[in-house]
Amino acid sequence: MEESQDHILNEVTGGEYKYGFITDIETETIPKGLNEDVVRLISAKKKEPDFMLEFRLKAYRHWLTMKMPQWAHLTIPEIRYQDIIYYAAPRQQVGPKSLEEVDPELLRTFDRLGIPLEEQKMLSGVAVDAVMDSISVKTTFRETLAELGIVFCSMSEAIREYPELVKKYLGTVVPYTDNYFASLNSAVFSDGSFCYIPKGVRCPMELSTYFRINAANTGQFERTLLVAEDDSYVSYLEGCTAPMRDENQLHAAVVEIIALENAEVKYSTVQNWYPGDRNGKGGIYNFVTKRGICKGDNSKISWTQVETGSAITWKYPSCILRGNNTIGEFYSVAVTNNYQQADTGTKMIHIGKNSRSTIISKGISAGHGQNSFRSLVKVVKSADKVRNFTQCDSMLMGDKCGAHTFPYIEVENESAVIEHEATTSRIGEDQIFYCNQRGIDTENAVGLIINGYAREVLNKLPMEFAVEAQKLLAISLEGSVG
Amino acid sequence: MLQIKDLHVSIDGKEILKGIDLEVKAGEVHAIMGPNGSGKSTLAAALAGREMFAVTKGSVTYMNENLLELSPEDRARKGLFLGFQYPVEIPGVSIVNFMKTAINEHRKFKGLEPISASDFLKHMREKKELVGLTSSLTNRSVNEGFSGGEKKKNEIFQMAMLEPILAILDETDSGLDIDALKIVAQGVNQLRRKDNATIVITHYQRLLEYIVPDFVHVLYKGRIVKSSGKELALELEEKGYDWIKTEE
Ligand SMILES: Nc1ncnc2c1ncn2[C@@H]1O[C@H](COP(=O)(O)OP(=O)(O)OP(=O)(O)O)[C@@H](O)[C@H]1O
Ligand SMILES: [Mg+2]
Repeated sequence: MEESQDHILNEVTGGEYKYGFITDIETETIPKGLNEDVVRLISAKKKEPDFMLEFRLKAYRHWLTMKMPQWAHLTIPEIRYQDIIYYAAPRQQVGPKSLEEVDPELLRTFDRLGIPLEEQKMLSGVAVDAVMDSISVKTTFRETLAELGIVFCSMSEAIREYPELVKKYLGTVVPYTDNYFASLNSAVFSDGSFCYIPKGVRCPMELSTYFRINAANTGQFERTLLVAEDDSYVSYLEGCTAPMRDENQLHAAVVEIIALENAEVKYSTVQNWYPGDRNGKGGIYNFVTKRGICKGDNSKISWTQVETGSAITWKYPSCILRGNNTIGEFYSVAVTNNYQQADTGTKMIHIGKNSRSTIISKGISAGHGQNSFRSLVKVVKSADKVRNFTQCDSMLMGDKCGAHTFPYIEVENESAVIEHEATTSRIGEDQIFYCNQRGIDTENAVGLIINGYAREVLNKLPMEFAVEAQKLLAISLEGSVG
Repeated sequence: MLQIKDLHVSIDGKEILKGIDLEVKAGEVHAIMGPNGSGKSTLAAALAGREMFAVTKGSVTYMNENLLELSPEDRARKGLFLGFQYPVEIPGVSIVNFMKTAINEHRKFKGLEPISASDFLKHMREKKELVGLTSSLTNRSVNEGFSGGEKKKNEIFQMAMLEPILAILDETDSGLDIDALKIVAQGVNQLRRKDNATIVITHYQRLLEYIVPDFVHVLYKGRIVKSSGKELALELEEKGYDWIKTEE
């Protein structure tokens, strides 16, 4: 355990972007461009049942009628959708049964990322689904989890092996008409994770998906679906990295969570897609729709995110609090350094009586970074005694970056209690000197102060990720002071 | 240990220190007194290497090295400690984490491995007792929401943790109640050794009853205008600074 943590630490320390390497592996790609045939081809490659193809085609046709959203506080260069490759897969057997069937080069890749796929080498208590480009490479601990009735596998497998479950839930929280990127994702999504926790089961280990973009000129469109039946519990982690390339790459994912009565789902993300270089060249466009529904009474969904990567981030993990006494939480740290841009936040839709939500956002802008927080707290007429607390803090480093907040509140029920706090701060020269005087150099002092600032959010992460996230925060701000 | 020669220091182009000469030898305690605004904290900050305090003339030798060439963190790692007059708050950073980071930086500088968790906790327990700091305080963020006295105690605690060679305590006594003052003085005295030295900056003779200085200096308008033995502090307490000002 300790050894693996050290390993993660070593991987993450040492400055700059650590995960920029490219795996040299034979990759099967389809020609670039998007049309109905491409959608059909993706579905065929995945040997999907008809209902999936239907879903994809409806989504694609709808997407054609839509325009890219313009409301975010982002400057997005034109994306040429016909220049993107929509399917790329490391050439290997579909759904390898054992590790021996997985290409050693792929294993080495995930090893280098600090995600060993041999179960005995892994952090105990974490099951991983490793996704590279358009397909899942390997899901660990499947058998152990299956004994409890937990399904944890790639989305492609779920569609083939649990079509009824997928059919019942896919697109129910984020419909294929939801928004531009969600529609695109619904049409062309390639892989992702599927997770089903049966009634009354507390998932004994952290489930995690590790996303890796490798191939050039491809888009990554993963789709994750998480269903927690009555009285169940699961904590889920998601990590992501990509090679350094000069061209921008599009990543448009959809995550849906369904929490039934008394269920609790914790969803944590450490997002470290390649952010581009110091001058803003390259990097991932991260346009993601994440939404959960607290469908049953007393259910709870918590989103925790540490966003340090990507050239542009557009992402609002949200909760629909439909059941009574439900709880929605959003804890976020978002860093924008150099020329990174982020427009992120959450929506809390209160429909159930007595539903409560907490929003804690810590933005950090450095260099020429632009960091926007956007939130919507909505209380419908029938939702009595709703409570919300929102705290939105911004930290600025240097004078060329920007922090912006866009909190929206729509309340139709007078019994609601909505609180909002906001602060803006800077790292003081006196704070840095105080650390210097204790023997801590300026880079480390900044790391320490930033981690202190973000502590409320970092504390919400599972142990294994908290350590990594702390290092990541310090590294992504290296060179931004002094 | 420390030789200051003709030290001139400016802030924003305004000269604050106008030629300081001072020598501190191992084993000694020096007290620096003087009216508000005379430059005491400026001297302390310049020695610690705060950038906005520009040295325009003079030299400082510390442990046979040119102190002025060292970065602030290297000065600290070489055993120079400053107890701040106004300690800053660092929200969200626990004292435990802060001290562990600091100690490991000192160790790294000396080529040592990071301290083990158990050794660190033992060290910490010892020093907490020495200055009478409670765990409820050390588990909190550095200085955040601390009372004036608690902040000062925390400075002494950090000094005890880092075991400096030269400690400069800038008005560590102000804001302390009598009991705390005794504890702090006791702490300083217990850390006194033949091979280290202390400079205490203070306005009050009271502290010097507990930490007995070998020398007392009066800083006035950026110069040391009088140096003498411990009896000078008593005289100042009685007569104030006017007689020194007129003597000038
Ligand atoms: N950051 C600063 N910017 C401008 N002037 C400063 C700054 N710091 C100190 N000074 C000025 O330098 C002079 C000396 O200040 P210093 O803090 O060294 O005095 P002191 O002797 O420590 O006083 P006190 O007994 O009140 O602590 C004062 O006139 C003060 O206003
Ligand atoms: Mg002072």
